Amino acid sequence: MRVLVAVKRVPFTGGKMVLAPDAMSLETKHLGFTISPHEECGVEEAVRIIEAHGGESVVLTLGPPEAVEQLRDAMALGIDRAIHLQTDGGEWDAEGTAGAIVEAIQADEAASGPFDLILFGNESADSGGFQVGLRVAHALGRPVVTGLKGVKVESASVRCEQETSDGRDVYVLPLPAVLTVKEGLNLPRYPSVPGRLRAGRKPVATSTPARPKVRLETTRLVVPAGRGRRAELLGSGPSAAPAVVEMLRSIGVV
Amino acid sequence: MAPVLVLVESAEGSPADVSLQALTLARSFAGGEPLEVLQIDPDPGAAENLGDYGVVSAHIADHEGIGSFGPDAWAATVIQLADGISAGAVFAAATDRGNDIMARVGARLGLPVAVNCIAISAGSPITLTRQRWGGSLLEEALLHSPRPLVTVALHTVVIERVAGSKQVEVLHSRADVNERDLRVRPAEHVAAPSGGVSLAEAKVVVSGGRGVGSKEGFAIIEELAGLLGAAVGCSRVVTSAGWRPHTDQVGQTGTKIAPDLYIACGISGATQHMAGCKGAKRILAINSDAEAPIMLNADYAVVGDLKEILPAISAEIRKAR
Amino acid sequence: MSNLPSHVRVVVIGCGIVGNSVAYHLGRLGWRDILLLDKGPLPNPGGSTGHASNFIYLVDHSKEMTALTIDSVNQYRDLGVFTESGGIEVARTKERMQELTRRMASARSWGIEPVSLVSPAEVKRLVPYIDESIILGGFYTPGVGVVDSLRAGTMMRERGQAAGALTVSAKTDVLGIDVEHGRVRRVRTTNGDVEAEMVVITCGVWSPRVARMAGAHIPLTPAVHQMIDVGPVPRFAGAKSDIEFPIVRDMDTNMYERQAGGDLEIGSYAHRPILYDPEDIPPIEKAALSPTEFPFTQADFEVQMQHALELMPEIVGDEKVGVKYAINGILSLTPDGMPVLGESPDVKGLWAAAAVWVKEGPGTGKAIAEWMAHGESEIDLHSSDIARFHEHQKTRAHVRARAAEGFNKTYGIVHPSEQWASNRNVRLSPFNVRERELGATFFEAAGWERPQWYDSNAPLLEEFGDRVTRRSAEWESRWWSPIINAEHLAMRERAGIFDLSAFTIFDIVGPGALESVQSVALRQMDVPVGRVAYTPVLSLNGGFKSDLTIMRLGEERFRVVTGGASGMSDRKWFADHLALDGAAHLADLTSSLTTIGLWGPRARAIVASVTSDDVSNEGFKFGTCRTIEVDTLRVLASRISYVGDLGWELYIPMDQGLKLWDILWEAGKPHGLAPCGIGVYGTTGRLEKCYRAHGNELETEYNVMEAGMAAPRVKEDDFVGKEAHLRHREEEPAAIMCTLTVDDHTSKSGEKRYMLGREPILTRDGKRIVDRKGRGSYVTSAGAGPSIGKHILMTYLPPEHAVAGTPLAVEYMGERYPVTVAVAGATPVFDPENLRLRS
Repeated sequence: MRVLVAVKRVPFTGGKMVLAPDAMSLETKHLGFTISPHEECGVEEAVRIIEAHGGESVVLTLGPPEAVEQLRDAMALGIDRAIHLQTDGGEWDAEGTAGAIVEAIQADEAASGPFDLILFGNESADSGGFQVGLRVAHALGRPVVTGLKGVKVESASVRCEQETSDGRDVYVLPLPAVLTVKEGLNLPRYPSVPGRLRAGRKPVATSTPARPKVRLETTRLVVPAGRGRRAELLGSGPSAAPAVVEMLRSIGVV
Repeated sequence: MAPVLVLVESAEGSPADVSLQALTLARSFAGGEPLEVLQIDPDPGAAENLGDYGVVSAHIADHEGIGSFGPDAWAATVIQLADGISAGAVFAAATDRGNDIMARVGARLGLPVAVNCIAISAGSPITLTRQRWGGSLLEEALLHSPRPLVTVALHTVVIERVAGSKQVEVLHSRADVNERDLRVRPAEHVAAPSGGVSLAEAKVVVSGGRGVGSKEGFAIIEELAGLLGAAVGCSRVVTSAGWRPHTDQVGQTGTKIAPDLYIACGISGATQHMAGCKGAKRILAINSDAEAPIMLNADYAVVGDLKEILPAISAEIRKAR
Repeated sequence: MSNLPSHVRVVVIGCGIVGNSVAYHLGRLGWRDILLLDKGPLPNPGGSTGHASNFIYLVDHSKEMTALTIDSVNQYRDLGVFTESGGIEVARTKERMQELTRRMASARSWGIEPVSLVSPAEVKRLVPYIDESIILGGFYTPGVGVVDSLRAGTMMRERGQAAGALTVSAKTDVLGIDVEHGRVRRVRTTNGDVEAEMVVITCGVWSPRVARMAGAHIPLTPAVHQMIDVGPVPRFAGAKSDIEFPIVRDMDTNMYERQAGGDLEIGSYAHRPILYDPEDIPPIEKAALSPTEFPFTQADFEVQMQHALELMPEIVGDEKVGVKYAINGILSLTPDGMPVLGESPDVKGLWAAAAVWVKEGPGTGKAIAEWMAHGESEIDLHSSDIARFHEHQKTRAHVRARAAEGFNKTYGIVHPSEQWASNRNVRLSPFNVRERELGATFFEAAGWERPQWYDSNAPLLEEFGDRVTRRSAEWESRWWSPIINAEHLAMRERAGIFDLSAFTIFDIVGPGALESVQSVALRQMDVPVGRVAYTPVLSLNGGFKSDLTIMRLGEERFRVVTGGASGMSDRKWFADHLALDGAAHLADLTSSLTTIGLWGPRARAIVASVTSDDVSNEGFKFGTCRTIEVDTLRVLASRISYVGDLGWELYIPMDQGLKLWDILWEAGKPHGLAPCGIGVYGTTGRLEKCYRAHGNELETEYNVMEAGMAAPRVKEDDFVGKEAHLRHREEEPAAIMCTLTVDDHTSKSGEKRYMLGREPILTRDGKRIVDRKGRGSYVTSAGAGPSIGKHILMTYLPPEHAVAGTPLAVEYMGERYPVTVAVAGATPVFDPENLRLRS
């Protein structure tokens, strides 16, 4: 088996969104970086599939030089090697991102054979464009299912469970296939210290694709207005219980 | 005259609210151009009242396998119809399904897709506002596209009817899909296990965060939820720690909920969490930190140790009965 | 809108462990109208307290830090938030094993019991998940433990509030501190303005920024301490408390590992120093976690993971144990590694308690409160005094350079004489060029480069032969040369010339000058013009604030000369005690004047050869000073000596210093004048004469009677500490300063060993010696006495031991050596009648 998982470096946001002065990005001076929760599950799934079936797992990202940290994070969890499509940090839209990834996949497949599975997060935590995986699948002519919370590789196919409002739809796709996955697919492991140490020695192939013209062009970011008021304090400690129940009664919950 | 095509999903014979929201935004974008819809579900009854929302024509695709159409088949159908009516733009609600189909349409047509929009104006280029970070941040953007493909963020547009609605013309056409388009389709459906209150639909949700402290700590959350007939929820920290299953997670990458009352216990209110619960009508926050971010997003607050407060509330409710 | 009181006695800014403690203790001491602010939320406002690893090791080589730590542990215990776990400092190297014997010695000096050196097998028994094969042993302190510092702070705050002493206002950011006439007046906040008599800055890493609002300096830098949390650890599954195994400090890798519930926490001081500016600390709303928890930088932790893996392979090497949490925690570092405590020398009424870690937080808060309320703390805080910093030491560049250099010494093996490498050559004496030519080895004091010894004196080694004690052990040879002892003998036999530029010199001038100096000096200052007196300066409780010399240069002019290390805090002390009506002022001449010391039996002949002034014993008596002409130079000569020999301190304007040096040098040649370093001035010369030094023998915890420095009579005039001093004169001293000599230096391995100071003094059978006030005996100063051919140790002993001839022992590097009391009291072991001084 060969499995590729694509990830995106995103800031680790806290209780509040703070914009950079130009309002074109988040103020990240004080923030750490991570990958989207969906992608964490993608990485975990890739590692599990290779653990179960043998083969090679590869992590890919399109992002600034610092995104190598996220690649190392993934390799610390057991991914074998990494492909880094390095950018200057400027935002790429979904079409451009998908195009660069397709080229990288084709190059890697030409050298090492086809990927049986290509995993994406359902949508990125920041931009939430919902389409890179679908565009890559289309370009590669491979079947793709989104929103997966269950993935099971069978001999030449993959059984996928997509969450719906009333249960799960099950798809069985022939390999090779593209899947976009959601948090809840699995419970990702933490990196072990030996895993961390191994990650430092795993190969990262770096290239710098050219950024195509952006067709969905951000002009500025805006932090939506909050409720703009503080909560009504019903009390402190257990003595607040009667006031809480009174409130519950007043809104008809009790 | 370039009509605007809107994908409409329906539930139990009626168009879904989120689709009506999409219709409302599409209508304002269309600016008098005809509004046509494609019914994603082959239930003609659902189309009958769409005239109230300015729809001129409702298209229903016919195909012997339409009941199990997968997203590729729907994408092909959308393109077939859009081309057939020379649609100038295609809108859909930003449901999982809507996003999925629209992204496939964009990939097939080689056009950009703007997902989770809350506002959009025609022009060249088109200007729009869309959600990022699950709605915690908004992006104003220019869309350079001959045929805008847009999904409308859920519950962000107020549904508006038109004055003097007309009868909708219901048009049937055969969906011309090939084998390849039918490759990706559900092979079976597994019903959700019954029992318990569904988190997504619960009227009351009692949710626990880091402050609960442990898996065992959720006993008092469950107790209160039981008394209120509520669903139990939790924050991402809790599922990452393995204290609760992911199906309980409220948040940007968990379940997005819209209960009448959300009781957030020991949850600080990170943006990732608020993206999942901002649809709640009322929020009661119980937290030891009176300055936690959630306090700025809650309606009611109790400050203190949830391990003391929750049992006290439960006892008070029992007493009241 | 303001919900703050309009006027309070004191505003304490910062609700970390320190601020809570200061506020609580002020209330306990009877203060009311205390306002405690924090810009963050409570109980965790987002400072370093909130992410501290919260464990407390008891033993530090610094007596001051140990005292603050022990007091803190007692407070944490009383609050019920201390969990004793034990702690083991493990050694991977032989050097570290030797260091652990020094830890043992410090533990015994400061009275930390029990402690023990344990074998690898014993470490394994206590910490079963350690790989004992890579360690040589450990230093085990069962009393080490873990605290809940946030809970402790909350309890202190609540007690203060319950007592009605304290108003607390969270989410209140300080916008400005108004200063009027050099004194704090008002604190401006986001919740309104508050008039205040005093302000205490307990803002941790933010302290420099807040101090600057008042125009004051708190020299510290925020720095990163990396920490990861791994788990779940199978062995810790079902742990009943947060910590059940001893905390391990892996000293040689600058790391620690502690159980934290079901996980293991691994911390490091090994990574590159990562310093920030206080301005880099984000406001709360911009920080994802807490403002003082920065994103983890994995690349800095790679080697540390390897080290942790080596020591605890069972846990750290377990593929199923994951890194659950990792932060770059921000803490405070200062240029000398000590906290920043006390009233700012820049602004009256502005106090600081910064660069304090959780382990010493409550004790520091208490000490500051005592200092504010009583004018003095029970624990001597002179090493932490905010007033200690010289101007260059307050600069950003200095703070960063020294903090960076000091960071990796956190668990380091630091030699007591170890010199800083960064930011040297800041203050150069006029003689520096000559000293370089003479091959001086420079040590630093207060930024000054001072020769410790001169390589040009190497031939003296041959001259004095066996009278110069050599050292074979590497540790005692480090930062030392036998040349020091040879220089000493040359000085005693002929004469030595000393560079004393590092003196801090200030004049007290004006009609109120006499009253001003009288009010702080123990000795009579109403003396004829031209007299010079050595005098203790007492604290309020009659302990030693300082000791220094004062020359009366005129009816209304006194010149105070003190050491560089304590110079700035002495200056503040004198400035604080100037006559109130403005009748006296203080003029700092440190950078205007330089000083040469010239001592030895040939000193008079040398000086006489270059001056026509009368320098005979009759013409220029001991204890007098006056201006003499040397060639074309007017030189203030002061006949006094810290090495106990005939000669003068010669004061000259800095610009003419080199000329004076050259004149004396030429004149000294026929007399065999030797350049002598501070090795002689500060150690050998001083110790032979049993002269006490501030910070060694002289601390606020000991009084004049104990130090054996009482004059026959006490002056009529009032002075700080007089009341206490009079009381002490009536008491039987609990301890007496004694001079001991070492009887046998031979270690078990047959090598001769020489103590360097701070070692415990024990009975011959190895028991600690403790006086009736609970103070243990330890070596306050140690060094060679080349003229008497003995190694000299000074120590306070209870009266029953303070008898000449009493056999005792000193513990050094894990062995005991026999010593004997040579002198009890102030009598010198060399030239006991002081004939040389007065010849």
